[in-house]
Amino acid sequence: MARNVTPARKATVTVLAWGIGFLIFFPILWTVLTSFKSEGDAVAIPPVFLNFHWTLENYAIVNQRSDYLLHFWNSIVISFGSTFLGLVIAIPAAWAMAFVPGRRTKDVLMWMLSTKMMPSVGVLIPIYLLFRNTGLLDTRIGLVIVLTLIDLPIIVWMLYTYFKEIPGEILEAARMDGATLRSEILYVLTPMAVPGIASTLLLNVILAWNEAFWTLNLTAANAAPLTAFIASYSSPEGLFYAKLSAASTMAIAPILILGWFSQKQLVRGLTFGAVK
Amino acid sequence: MGKISLSKVSKKFGEVAVIPSLDLEIEDGEFVVFVGPSGCGKSTLLRLIAGLEDVSGGVIQIDGVNATETPPAKRGLAMVFQSYALYPHMSVRKNIAFPLRMAGLDAAEQEKRVTAAAKVLNLTDYLERRPGQLSGGQRQRVAIGRAIVREPKAFLFDEPLSNLDAALRVNMRLEITELHHTLKTTMIYVTHDQVEAMTMADKIVVLQAGRVEQVGSPLELYRNPANIFVAGFIGSPRMNFVEGADAARLNAHTIGVRPEHIDLSKTEGHWSGKVMVSEHLGSDTFLHVAVDGLGTMTVRGDGEVDARYGDRVFLTPQADKIHRFGADGKTLA
Repeated sequence: MARNVTPARKATVTVLAWGIGFLIFFPILWTVLTSFKSEGDAVAIPPVFLNFHWTLENYAIVNQRSDYLLHFWNSIVISFGSTFLGLVIAIPAAWAMAFVPGRRTKDVLMWMLSTKMMPSVGVLIPIYLLFRNTGLLDTRIGLVIVLTLIDLPIIVWMLYTYFKEIPGEILEAARMDGATLRSEILYVLTPMAVPGIASTLLLNVILAWNEAFWTLNLTAANAAPLTAFIASYSSPEGLFYAKLSAASTMAIAPILILGWFSQKQLVRGLTFGAVK
Repeated sequence: MGKISLSKVSKKFGEVAVIPSLDLEIEDGEFVVFVGPSGCGKSTLLRLIAGLEDVSGGVIQIDGVNATETPPAKRGLAMVFQSYALYPHMSVRKNIAFPLRMAGLDAAEQEKRVTAAAKVLNLTDYLERRPGQLSGGQRQRVAIGRAIVREPKAFLFDEPLSNLDAALRVNMRLEITELHHTLKTTMIYVTHDQVEAMTMADKIVVLQAGRVEQVGSPLELYRNPANIFVAGFIGSPRMNFVEGADAARLNAHTIGVRPEHIDLSKTEGHWSGKVMVSEHLGSDTFLHVAVDGLGTMTVRGDGEVDARYGDRVFLTPQADKIHRFGADGKTLA
């Protein structure tokens, strides 16, 4: 029997849902608003919501003081670079695990995931020293390598779940139809896996874009991505909320826009396997 | 040509021997059905012939050539899967043309063969659709189309009808049999449904636990089953088995009588019992009778039989239709 939904109940739930949605969205909204305030308005008590003097001076100052484009470019190179490198390694790995599993495949998958449970700071010192000795500190290639390693378990897992959904019989049918391994992968498997590969790519670009621990600790000036750019405005001694907000807004805007346009793909990617 | 012969073929999954050791000859142009209960190894056997599984021992010959180590793509066999296994991202046309494309045929020849196959299978109007937009029966036809365009040495069918509803299944059964008469190509067909086996096969191979129990034409198996297993598996409804005094009197451990070989009477007979469930099909009536001291027996009555739940009836087996089995389950001569 369908539940009886009264208009009053529906209204309450709707208001509640919008309320919670707004609450979650509020910090982002506040950051964006603050970025248009003067430093005085930014710390005013009681806080001002919309009735303040709107200004773009924070953006001007931020752009003057630091090279936004350099950080933006670093973020692009690091997030896309690590994701592509990860995919190149993960696609054959996930393929093997999904279609020719061995006795230990499940254990290998679990072991890979378990590395994500380790606190990153636990390996900070060894990795820092390795990077220092090999000259990888503050280089984009160094960050690409470390972020690839960090996200590889997730990439393999996501692809593995996608590939598992492809019925083995279809691949066997291709084999019976005379396809070589190369044609089987090129004409049958890859076209069927494209949606999965696409959402894996998107999610990992976002994860890498937002990654702050390694990007902050292993960079100084040259390879610093947008996370370091934000951090440079949060100084413990001075209160520059407005400038910090302007920097944050500039840093999150690209990924918000990317996420907005790809949300359908992303939701599908994250819930894949759970619902068909 | 499509003569397939298996000698001493065996298959193990880890420690489990799914097929211990098996010999089988399949003649060119034959319609052979592998039948048996689930888990009897019939699908595994088909996959060994296809090359989708590697044999653990023995030799598979196709047209006299050792094909044991040949990859599936090179065996020249075509397979129709239970799940149809169509390529979801390709149109029906591209699905059917796929094996031709893999064989490197030119576009004009591909087009010619696809059109011909589509015509035979009533798919001409659906060539531009994706498999997802087709009904179960149409998908099955696409799968068959994909198999016939490349003119294989033999067709392998792996329970192709089990995902279809009952009416469609009967239709497709006829279509596949019809196709066999037209193409005259060897067909190997796996099913757990003995009705499919009886109606389609030239030769039935009854399997149990990876062993061949009996090979023969449908009526041979029906008339002269080699053992209790085949006797019980072939024929519908199932044969009735009786042990004890009745069997001992005929020098057997067990006797078997088919439901259609028992005479039904309201007044007198060899066994007496009470009617339980009766299934009225119009053309036949199947009575499930609780026979005194023996248990439930199934009896077939011609046409409409007037019998109600709880009625007393008498049953007499037709003497020349009784099957006798020894203690080892084998048929006694």
